[in-house]
Amino acid sequence: MTDTDPPSASTPRTIFRHRIATRIWHWVNAVTLFIMLGSGLTILNAHPHLYWGAYGANFDHPWLNTIHWPSYVTIPAHYNLAIARRWHLLFAYVLSFGLLGYMVISLLNRHFLRKLRVRARDLAMRFHDPADPQAYNIFQKLSYVGVIFVLIPTMILTGLAMSPFMDAAWPWLLDLFGGRQSARSIHFIAAAALTGFIVIHLTLVILAGPINEVRSMITGRWRVPEEEA
Amino acid sequence: MTLLTRRTLIAGSAAGAGLLLSGCDKVAQVPAFRKILFSGEIMNRGLQRALSNRAALAPEFTTAEMSPRFRVNGTHDPNTPDYTAMVAENFAHWRLKVGGLVAKPLNLSLAQVRSLPTRTQITRHDCVEGWSAIGKWHGPQLGTLLKAAGLRDTARYVVFTCADLYNGQPYYESIDLLDAFHPQTILAWALNDRVLDVGHGAPLRLRVERQLGYKHAKYLMQINAVASLDGIGRGKGGYWEDNVDYDWYAGI
Repeated sequence: MTDTDPPSASTPRTIFRHRIATRIWHWVNAVTLFIMLGSGLTILNAHPHLYWGAYGANFDHPWLNTIHWPSYVTIPAHYNLAIARRWHLLFAYVLSFGLLGYMVISLLNRHFLRKLRVRARDLAMRFHDPADPQAYNIFQKLSYVGVIFVLIPTMILTGLAMSPFMDAAWPWLLDLFGGRQSARSIHFIAAAALTGFIVIHLTLVILAGPINEVRSMITGRWRVPEEEA
Repeated sequence: MTLLTRRTLIAGSAAGAGLLLSGCDKVAQVPAFRKILFSGEIMNRGLQRALSNRAALAPEFTTAEMSPRFRVNGTHDPNTPDYTAMVAENFAHWRLKVGGLVAKPLNLSLAQVRSLPTRTQITRHDCVEGWSAIGKWHGPQLGTLLKAAGLRDTARYVVFTCADLYNGQPYYESIDLLDAFHPQTILAWALNDRVLDVGHGAPLRLRVERQLGYKHAKYLMQINAVASLDGIGRGKGGYWEDNVDYDWYAGI
């Protein structure tokens, strides 16, 4: 489609927007992140103090003392570190191998290149490009790149850096983050950033028209907003 | 979309999230799902050991990198008549028994344990709760004692029984032979150049550096080689494993 094409008729037009790999990964992540954040807060409740460096315990100086996370945001609702760890460490596999699988598929079929490459015309700073309404705008591209290539990998690597066995196996994890307690702090900061992304994402879905947006992530088909169709 | 439906949607999503949260707790009670939930531990052990050099050493640190103060955790003092009596006589009559599936059971005094070749290591102790402390440990390798006792071929695990009581029963822990013969797995009798104090597990405690703190049994009394963990406690290999579902494999 080019700029010279006449606008289509006033009947709503739907286009195929999301591939099956994207849709599956999206919903798997929706469930996984929900479980990871909830169980993560229970684990944080066990020692709600964050430090920089290799060590950090009660006699050392935390840079942050978090609140005690209330039962309505934690998994399980009643404090149980063992069960929270079971949830967290099992779904860490879903998150990690899900990301790996999605990355491999999306690099092979050039999905990332087609959808997330920033082009000169993205600098127009508009929500939809009338010439290509399904293309992501620059904010979407940068936030998806940030989540896929920075935030989730950071969550996974800082998580591994907290494992005493992995620190023996892959000592570079500690060098990368500046010690186990720094890795734990960065794990929390990245989780907070991911939570921020989720809040903005859900807000924008609601503002953009939740039925159309949610349907597009289930069936793949998205109705082009009328004013731009 | 009208504001009303938008509001309904937000309220609906919040209610849905609440239901999901409590749903997580419900499914965790279903035996079939619980089995899946607990299978993560098997993957952790399998993958960690497959992905790396099994003999890899835990990072060691310099004296400048040590925690200024190494906090006490778990039992602060066993406080039983037997233990208090042993402390009063400076562990003169304390004995470490090494038995089970061994050719030659050992019965060692503290002086004998201290006379064994020692390893000194400055390592990081990671509690399951999330905190870490770095300290300097000093003691013989567990492998030295197991070789002296002569492990039988049927032995698969090493079980540690302690002087501190939980619910009236001695604390116990276990590791497999891979960790038992790891060079950094030692029986420490000194911390930070001082003889181990009561808070840190006097007179002898286990260090198993690639696992979390609850595996590092303090107040050691007995070491048994066994073929299976079935007969010990409720069969999961440790006090916390048996009573609050902690992972037996605590490498993560």
